[in-house]
Amino acid sequence: MAQLGTTANPLRVAVIGSGPTAFYAADHLLKQKDLVVKIDMFDRLPTPYGLVRGGVAPDHQKIKSVTATYDKTAAHPNFRFFGNVEFGRDITLADVRDHYHQVIYCTGAQTDRSMNIPGEELQGSHAATEFVAWYNGHPDYRDCQFDLSQERAAVVGVGNVAVDVARILCRTPAELATTDIADYALEALGRSNIKEVYLLGRRGPAQAAFTNPEIKELGELAAADIYVPPAEAELDELSKAELERSQDRLTMKKVEILQSYAHRPDEGKPRQLVVRFLVSPVELLGDEKGRVRAIRLVKNRLQPTEAGTLRAEPTGEYEELPVGLVFRSVGYRGVPLPGVPFNHKWGVILNNKGRVINPETQQPEVGQYCAGWIKRGPSGVIGTNKPDAVETVTCMLEDLAQDLTFQPAHPEPEAIEALIRQRQPRYVTYADWLRLDEIEMARGQELGRPRLKFTRVEDMLAALGR
Amino acid sequence: MNIKSILAKKGMTVVTIHPNQSIREAIARLAQHNIGALVAVDEANLPVGILSERDITRALAQDEQIFARSVSELMTKNVITGLPQDDLISVANTMTERRIRHLPVVEKGKLVGIVSIGDVVKAQRDQYQGEVDTLQTQILGEKA
Repeated sequence: MAQLGTTANPLRVAVIGSGPTAFYAADHLLKQKDLVVKIDMFDRLPTPYGLVRGGVAPDHQKIKSVTATYDKTAAHPNFRFFGNVEFGRDITLADVRDHYHQVIYCTGAQTDRSMNIPGEELQGSHAATEFVAWYNGHPDYRDCQFDLSQERAAVVGVGNVAVDVARILCRTPAELATTDIADYALEALGRSNIKEVYLLGRRGPAQAAFTNPEIKELGELAAADIYVPPAEAELDELSKAELERSQDRLTMKKVEILQSYAHRPDEGKPRQLVVRFLVSPVELLGDEKGRVRAIRLVKNRLQPTEAGTLRAEPTGEYEELPVGLVFRSVGYRGVPLPGVPFNHKWGVILNNKGRVINPETQQPEVGQYCAGWIKRGPSGVIGTNKPDAVETVTCMLEDLAQDLTFQPAHPEPEAIEALIRQRQPRYVTYADWLRLDEIEMARGQELGRPRLKFTRVEDMLAALGR
Repeated sequence: MNIKSILAKKGMTVVTIHPNQSIREAIARLAQHNIGALVAVDEANLPVGILSERDITRALAQDEQIFARSVSELMTKNVITGLPQDDLISVANTMTERRIRHLPVVEKGKLVGIVSIGDVVKAQRDQYQGEVDTLQTQILGEKA
């Protein structure tokens, strides 16, 4: 047989997932000189782009423009998309071994970490990601219910997701009406009774994960005043010393912005957004109907670790914050894939630089790779996944050079297509997605919005005439 | 970003050695795994020292008969360890300022990994590269 990676015998790669990492990996493979590679990308949803569609906030449309790059990759003649096809259900690892030389898992971090405190299961306590997926029209979450008749809500965490949730809760219907937020979410948030939103940070202003543009944006909301309790905006001695030593200008700017919020006069806007620091939830308190009525917080102080990080330690001083809604955003983890080794400690596929590792032998599983959040955990911005995907693809190419690949019986592209047609006749191609994309944008245009999303798989398929 | 995200893609094994083992065995292990340092652990698998290639080179310059000596004689005994939650930036500062090239990571009394200065620099580089890339895409908008 002709050498692998040539026109006569192209390298066949399956990409599981279709978020940013999946496209960066596909792009890097397709760009290799002297290598003919044919890629099939799979997603359990009919729509591609992963968190760019289902995670990035609707009022951050500009960030979503990154998908233009992904469409370019998808336009390559050696690229195919199979949407509405789920790995582990419609196609299995055995099918993949039978049809491809390599597989790369780019399935992200799909589930959230719990706070592990009493009362977390009370009504009104949610994962922030559920709320995000709901307002972004993710089919699995569109039927979630959030009690927006409450007046006070707390968001636990000060990362990107926490900031998004707090901001969306504070937006006016007019502000949201120009976004691609799901129509039912626009309607529900339009009736929202929320008056006060709390963002709760475990550590101090200098350690907060949010970026300066994000925190600045919170100070420019049409209908919400931002406030930081002055005592909590002040840096403790250790943070001060650390900042003095590092001269980190971005952090200095962050602290400056937060301190300006502490002394900003109240403009009497209908909503208030309060950013709190050095507090950790220890319990959610419920009423007689099993609903959240308050969150019990412990005040923290910072202590240095041996490696120099300032960590939060509880002081033993407590307070109760009355809230009717709690969104936790304290970390995320990946979901194991059927038949793929998983590292439960870090919530990722067990891997070394993207090579999937066999837990018994600690040796690489030939042919299997991973990239993105399922490889390193949830960190960084969209672009961070590019070097990450490149690292994995480099391993794939090294192994290919050593002939370390699956030995598929049916590598010809028609074979897997026939199998998929049999298992999931209603699969969606990239051309189908581009049609769906146009329909969504046209529906949005009539309403003066960037797009009006389909939020049910059945509606998407119906729009495509399936 | 914290050092957990570095450990997550390094598999699960940390190459260790017992302090009573010989430098000969240590060198073989360093070569076998193509690494620059070994964590010396006690019976409870807790780090009691760290032995780097530099420790070996330095000893070798003074004594050509070091192969039969024990790891405990040459290793650095005051090991600075990290936690999975430690921030990448403070770890990078600590390692640079204190000239540490390998940081064993301990969680709840157990050795769970090791990060090298190379890992830290690469993670930082990837982070900055990702941020620049994301910003450029946003600034260029549709034209990207």
